[in-house]
Amino acid sequence: MTELDTSGYSCPEPVIMTKKALKDSPEGLAVLVDNRASKENVSRYATALGYKVKVEEAGQNWKLIISK
Amino acid sequence: MVESLTMRIAEKGKLAVAGAIIGIAAIVLTVLGNPGNMGFCIACFLRDTAGAMHLHTVPIVEYVRPEIIGIILGSFVLSVITGDFRPRGGSSPLLRFIIAFIVMVGALVFLGCPLRMVIRLGGGDLNALVGLLGFIAGIGVGCIFLANGFTLGKAEKQTRLEGTAIPFMTILLFVLFLAVPSLFLFSETGPGSMHAPAAASLLAGLAVGVASQRTRLCMAGGIRDIFLVRDFTLISGFVAIFIAVLAGNLITGKFSLGFADQPVSHPMHLWNFLGMAAVGLGSVMLGGCPLRQLILAGEGSSDSAVAVLGMIAGSAFAHNFSLASSANTGPGINGKIAVVGGILILLAIASIVTLRERRK
Repeated sequence: MTELDTSGYSCPEPVIMTKKALKDSPEGLAVLVDNRASKENVSRYATALGYKVKVEEAGQNWKLIISK
Repeated sequence: MVESLTMRIAEKGKLAVAGAIIGIAAIVLTVLGNPGNMGFCIACFLRDTAGAMHLHTVPIVEYVRPEIIGIILGSFVLSVITGDFRPRGGSSPLLRFIIAFIVMVGALVFLGCPLRMVIRLGGGDLNALVGLLGFIAGIGVGCIFLANGFTLGKAEKQTRLEGTAIPFMTILLFVLFLAVPSLFLFSETGPGSMHAPAAASLLAGLAVGVASQRTRLCMAGGIRDIFLVRDFTLISGFVAIFIAVLAGNLITGKFSLGFADQPVSHPMHLWNFLGMAAVGLGSVMLGGCPLRQLILAGEGSSDSAVAVLGMIAGSAFAHNFSLASSANTGPGINGKIAVVGGILILLAIASIVTLRERRK
């Protein structure tokens, strides 16, 4: 599964990065986020597109598994 | 899709509550003594604080606004409790300083930050509607750059000392304000002389800081999300503030619809539009409106802390060099040149960064 690391970026950039990455891998991808705002915004964006989002804790950060 | 819908409704509910809290706090502060339609104004309050600290010496806009202190500390304390406090920084700090400086100049030509724009709308000030159109235009242009790759770069982890510097500076300022007020300048007339009791202002600021940190409420973000991802979640906070302020003004009999004779406002449409266009574009480039910069600074973002310092510097320059508008008469020639020049600088920064990113 493709991984996208958005740590260090704050919203809306992680959402835009996810939007672009989903164009290249429409089946889904894993997005690493390092703040709650991005976690919620990316999840909301992906679910609005009809994807399922699973949130995994990754240390202090989160890994969002976005899949069909 | 059902999951997405319930998530959106829950978030909109939280934002509506936060917006209502902010709107009510704004009305209460106005009743307790703040200037008309100025329960909150991040730009004006940073400007007043800059004046109190002798950074400019315009006698009518000098006061240490406890609302600002409360907002930063409310965000800081809540983010420490919830684990959102994460010191980060190093994403083009100097560019952020410059962009925030221009945002402040634009806001002081319009006479208010985006939050005060909504509060002015709720008071019936139609000049704020013109400002809103400019704000939307500026955000629209900013979104074109964002969609094409604009970024100020990655922030890195910072030490806790770096992250807590601005909350502690804020506490120091408040202690000095209470203990040694003779250090500061305080207006005897004009908007700077009009303020609610310090305790009420601080409490209202804390409430707004907590509510905004929790919901990530942002005036620019709401409109930006509609343009970029057709997401209407964040805008609901903006709408809730408007409704709460409108209701409060109708109840207290302060609602007055029109362009003329509005409190701390001017009817120069072009300059209201361009001032807020600069604020909209700059806010999108910074990742949030002036209120959001205060909240992020409280959460440990030294990039946003630098933006706050940029806004303070911008406000001092705006008054020392007569860039800010006067109530009723609008901006002078210096202010007009500064707004147009500021927008050109923002466009130049955004274009250079976006072109570089596209070549990558």
